[in-house]
Amino acid sequence: MKSLREIPKSPIAKPDIASVGITGNWRIFRPVIRKENCKKCLLCWLYCPDGVIRVDEEGYPEINYHFCKGCGICANECPAKAIEMMGESGYEEH
Amino acid sequence: MKNIKMLTANDAVAYAVKLAKVQVVAAYPITPQTACVERISEFIEKGELKAEFICVESEHSALSAVIGASSCGVRTFTATSSQGLALMHEMLHWAAGTRLPIVMYVVNRALAAPWSIWCDHQDSLSQRDTGWLQFYAENNQELFDTVLMSYKICEDEEILLPAMICADAFILSHATAPVSIPSPKDIDDFLPPYDLKLALDDIENPVTYVPTCAPTREDSDWYMEYKYLQQDAMLKAAKKIKEVCREFNEKFGRFHGDLLEKYRCDDAEVVILSMGSFAAQAKDVVDDMRREGFKVGAVKIRTFRPFPVDDLRQLAKNVKAMAIVDRGFSFGHCGQLFMEVKSALYNLPDRPLVKGYVMGLGGRDIKYSDQRYVIEQTFKDLEKGFVEREIEWVNLRL
Repeated sequence: MKSLREIPKSPIAKPDIASVGITGNWRIFRPVIRKENCKKCLLCWLYCPDGVIRVDEEGYPEINYHFCKGCGICANECPAKAIEMMGESGYEEH
Repeated sequence: MKNIKMLTANDAVAYAVKLAKVQVVAAYPITPQTACVERISEFIEKGELKAEFICVESEHSALSAVIGASSCGVRTFTATSSQGLALMHEMLHWAAGTRLPIVMYVVNRALAAPWSIWCDHQDSLSQRDTGWLQFYAENNQELFDTVLMSYKICEDEEILLPAMICADAFILSHATAPVSIPSPKDIDDFLPPYDLKLALDDIENPVTYVPTCAPTREDSDWYMEYKYLQQDAMLKAAKKIKEVCREFNEKFGRFHGDLLEKYRCDDAEVVILSMGSFAAQAKDVVDDMRREGFKVGAVKIRTFRPFPVDDLRQLAKNVKAMAIVDRGFSFGHCGQLFMEVKSALYNLPDRPLVKGYVMGLGGRDIKYSDQRYVIEQTFKDLEKGFVEREIEWVNLRL
């Protein structure tokens, strides 16, 4: 392990992915997108407070489960009811 | 030729801020500090000080704005008192933990309840553990000089800590006294611009200030080390204060003490310890009592943080009893200065007697006769060889 002589005096972090870990493991409910109902309106992408939804090549939203905390805002906002909050216990990986 | 102006402490600090070329000021008005930032805003309006004055809706916001500015590498200033300082409490920790060299003028005023706007040290003493340097000054000239010195101390790369410059409400803040003002060129030579190495707005080298330190992950589990570094910086600040006070004296010919100031202590049996304007009058009492044959001296504690532990231990070797005057109180225990002095001396093999006096709360006048009484009482304890009442509230209407 590094010593305190190797860190800056001020508490500073350089931009980095997952500097405090994979926050997706905080999740209890997982938003699952049902593509058959999705209208590609991207309100979920707009409302996601963590910015973990990206748009795939076909224009569908895609959730990064490494960092989605499962807040459910996307499911709440989805006008087509295409996002379902599923219990996390059925899934093995984040 | 010397440039001497007649200034209140509020104005003296405003002049120091102007000459230190502070770049961002944010403050919210509160008596008795308001006149200081009003003067600064006049300087800015007239173009005499090229700075941004941010009007905010509270003291919490004032310090928040200054924290943002300081982390971008600009020199900052704010001022407050009493309730305002209490409202800043959260951001005081934030500023020190982020290691930002913010300088804040605190006019010491009593905390409510009951309501009082007069002098009392409880406001800043209650912020003891926030990680700020705390300077207490005896007069307006010392305040002016300490503002300039504190930027030099705090902005040192090895230190990077914020400082409170404390002044007694009304006794100093609104009382006019002569203040010698050095030329801007001499001040520029003494005080170089603030150069923050890891500034927040450096686009080429982006950084995040204040990341989460999670104990659950080895690569981010640094909270304890950052806290140790704050303490390490405080110890370095104690050395730096001595160095800068010496340098200031060489350059401008004024010395107000460094961590503390000793007055006629060399062969003293009893010393009276205090902070702020009280120390000026204590010197007169010491002079008079010396003429009467009492071996007495006075000590002004200039820095409550870093606390002058080594200097006090050194002093205690030759002193038989200490009278410690507090203008604040930690309920359920004792006065804050009394507590700190006792704790500093505890491991000495031969300790002097220490007695705590609580005086002048809520701006109650401390008279010459009160200070004399305190010293005489301590001499009586010394004759007896023990302290009969460890803490005494002076002039209490029992």
